[in-house]
Amino acid sequence: MCSAVIFGKIETMEVVVNGEIKEVADGTSVQELLAQFQIKPVRVAVERNREIVTRKQFADTRLAAGDKIEIVTFVGGG
Amino acid sequence: MNQPELKIGSYTLNSRLIVGTGKYASLELMRDCHAASGANCVTVAVRRERLVDKNSGRNILDMIDPKKYILLPNTAGCFTAEEAVRVARLGREMLTDSGFRGAEWVKLECLGDTKTLLPEPVGTLEALKILVADGFQVLVYCSDDVMLCKRLQEAGAAAIMPAGSPIGSGQGILNPNAIRIILEQLKEKSPDYPVIVDAGVGTASDVSMAMELGVDGVLLNTAIAGAKEPLKMAQAMGLATESGRLAFEAGRIPRKLYATASSPWEGRINV
Repeated sequence: MCSAVIFGKIETMEVVVNGEIKEVADGTSVQELLAQFQIKPVRVAVERNREIVTRKQFADTRLAAGDKIEIVTFVGGG
Repeated sequence: MNQPELKIGSYTLNSRLIVGTGKYASLELMRDCHAASGANCVTVAVRRERLVDKNSGRNILDMIDPKKYILLPNTAGCFTAEEAVRVARLGREMLTDSGFRGAEWVKLECLGDTKTLLPEPVGTLEALKILVADGFQVLVYCSDDVMLCKRLQEAGAAAIMPAGSPIGSGQGILNPNAIRIILEQLKEKSPDYPVIVDAGVGTASDVSMAMELGVDGVLLNTAIAGAKEPLKMAQAMGLATESGRLAFEAGRIPRKLYATASSPWEGRINV
């Protein structure tokens, strides 16, 4: 997928988060992605291209352009 | 009154009522209804986290006490085995090292369509096999088909959860005889094998009736959350679960066509 130079030096890439296309900085980790959306890591589970990323791997897992990310949480249900 | 606890997989419940967390007007009302019901296991669904407008940061788990409640993640809203397995794994991941109990089990729901919300038996069995191989203790939501329930038990389900009637319909236990046969067949070799009525109950008498049939527990959501006064209904459901269980254990009298006097014939003054 495409990487582009905007705002001078920051390289960005497109990833799909919960079905929406989002632009993030190149090399963004899962942990940084969650921070960008103000999501507490302790309350969610994350899939990267259908593979679960465990909480311990959040900091070290870097996203690549075109990655499909799912961030899920618990909601009310029966 | 003390009741024998209910063991499902590696978990022990001290109430035979399992309640849902959906459709409440507020998270505070949900929390209070959970307390009023006496349940110590609540089921939760898995959905995408909102990327904006996140309810000012509040999460449903903030309103569930991990010391008091065991969480039962479910796969509600899944229509294929693949979806259900994926959601089950995400639920387990969320609970792992979270401070909550419940990572080891899942309530499997694999539905046929959005109108009837009836369980899809083929996908359910397929998902069950994958989840069992993956180490899950699976509580399987299914229809009240006796043979299907037997196949699910054989495939390693930790508990079978036949519907009393369609989800949220409030129709009660439509086919008590099917539930009776399911109980007889599934408990034949293992009397403690858990059978739980999941879905369809509308009011306290439906719960009592299910418990009097001999099921090990009842799982419900809408009957409390949708009642005019959910708090009162939550308490009613807890009492109905207990009274129904006690009546089952006590053993009801047989039905007879004609009357049997309760007072002695002997000693009547007009003889």
